[in-house]
Amino acid sequence: MESKAIDILHIIEENGRVSIPTLAKMVDASEEEVKGLLKKLEDDHIILSYSAVIDWSKVDQNEGVTAMIDVKVTPQRGVGFDQVAERIYRFPEVKALYLMSGAYDLSVVIEGKTMSEIARFVSEKLSTVDSVLSTTTHFQLKKYKHDGVVFGEGEEDRRIVVAP
Amino acid sequence: MTTKQVNKRLSKKVQSIQPSGIRRFFDLASSMDNIISLGVGEPDFVTPWNVREASISSMERGFTAYSANAGIIELREAISNYMTSRFSVDYDPESEILVTVGASEAIDVGMRAIVDEGDEVIVVEPSFVSYAPLVSMAGGVPVAVGTNIDTDFKVTAAQIEAAITDRTKAMMLCFPNNPTGSTMNQEELKEIAELAERHDLLVFSDEIYAELTYDEEHVAFSSLEGMKERTVIISGFSKAFAMTGWRLGFVCAPKDLLSAMLKIHQYSLMCAPTMAQYGALEALKTGMDDVYRMKQSYKQRRNYFVKSFSEIGLECHTPGGAFYAFPSIEKTGLTSEQFAEKLLLEERVAVVPGHVFGEGGEGHIRCSYATSMENLEQSVERIGRFLKQF
Ligand SMILES: Cc1ncc(COP(=O)(O)O)c(C=O)c1O
Repeated sequence: MESKAIDILHIIEENGRVSIPTLAKMVDASEEEVKGLLKKLEDDHIILSYSAVIDWSKVDQNEGVTAMIDVKVTPQRGVGFDQVAERIYRFPEVKALYLMSGAYDLSVVIEGKTMSEIARFVSEKLSTVDSVLSTTTHFQLKKYKHDGVVFGEGEEDRRIVVAP
Repeated sequence: MTTKQVNKRLSKKVQSIQPSGIRRFFDLASSMDNIISLGVGEPDFVTPWNVREASISSMERGFTAYSANAGIIELREAISNYMTSRFSVDYDPESEILVTVGASEAIDVGMRAIVDEGDEVIVVEPSFVSYAPLVSMAGGVPVAVGTNIDTDFKVTAAQIEAAITDRTKAMMLCFPNNPTGSTMNQEELKEIAELAERHDLLVFSDEIYAELTYDEEHVAFSSLEGMKERTVIISGFSKAFAMTGWRLGFVCAPKDLLSAMLKIHQYSLMCAPTMAQYGALEALKTGMDDVYRMKQSYKQRRNYFVKSFSEIGLECHTPGGAFYAFPSIEKTGLTSEQFAEKLLLEERVAVVPGHVFGEGGEGHIRCSYATSMENLEQSVERIGRFLKQF
């Protein structure tokens, strides 16, 4: 891939709100060129979405519950895990789904409003999927770091205003 | 007590030295709120965690005593490997490397080691603020050779040659440069190497920004043919590894020069802080990815900054390294001091007036882009608005 495209990916991964004129100057390209590159990256499904990392625990009445569920499944002939994975990730409650090596097969991340909402999802939806053998649910208690971003106050600029 | 009495207490050398012009701006800027500072000559990153952690761990393990005068041997070995692998120049960790309290100390002991009363040291300016005063305090005479924007602030051998006298002992180079960000390539350095050979001069080469070179590979002065025996490389961890507060630098020099510097260092400082040395060791062992990450970020900010300056009508050469832009403000008709002060008061953007960096600096301002993109965008907007009145 063109190195300018890679630079753009790094920059917007850290801050999706950089404007096109600024981005163009940062990577030493024209605005048209940047627009073209972004379009191509989107069309190729390399950029999948532009999102913000939000600390919901600071937003009143918006505190949800996140659970990580270890799922053991029987792989199916011909399609392995893909088919059962698809059945699971299509549920809107599922925020992330990974195939894992080790003690279980799928790791499912669920977000819900309350613990009971999640409990209901696991017992009614997830466990009843045909090839699911077992589930183990872990609730997240506190977010320290997510997607490379540290939650909390962050590091402020402690430098003096003018220095050699 | 009258001024006269006070002065009697101070050495003439100290009295003859001006306080740093940066200091005045610091005092002015720090008395104000809501300032966007482009006046900071240090990384805006906090030291990478693995380095901080290694230093904490060294304390937990009880490494809290003096180290060898020249620095812990593991660190000198790591510096030696680093110089070989990055810049293809070999130094013996036992006799050619000294760990100092910042590059600042390295410059000081370097000058004190070579200068006799009245010896001249050529200082290529605009330059880092401490060179000329440290030459003076060592008893020498700094001889300024000015560079300017027409040659991208690169010095030529001819310019240096014109300043050479019977008393010239050494020259002080710095590339990439603070405050101009200008750097020198192999061809340009070769000319200067020949000159040094011809006039039998020592070369102090401050390469603390070597890792922050954006468009060309950095060439260490001592890697040029015949130059190792007459070059003192000054470097350190402050800039590339974002470790300014750790106060850790190093010198690579031929044995005789190094042992002279070691003598001064051992009597005045004993050794660099031990816990900082363990951090630096970790930086060299595992920190190069962080250096690369920070460098990419500075490069993008440089591109943004310099292009934006040209859009708002501020003439600026493209700095090849460090994290400073040094645009010309001449067309405003103000001195750099007036410009910086007016900009600070009217738009609350702090920059450093160019004249504090010596000959060739007047008519320019130093703007550091080691700050967040948001600050850069804001400052460009404010400076653009400010310039409209001229
Ligand atoms: C060119 C140059 N040399 C040396 C130094 C001092 O570095 P240290 O923090 O290692 O003393 C600086 C700091 O601004 C610098 O710009």
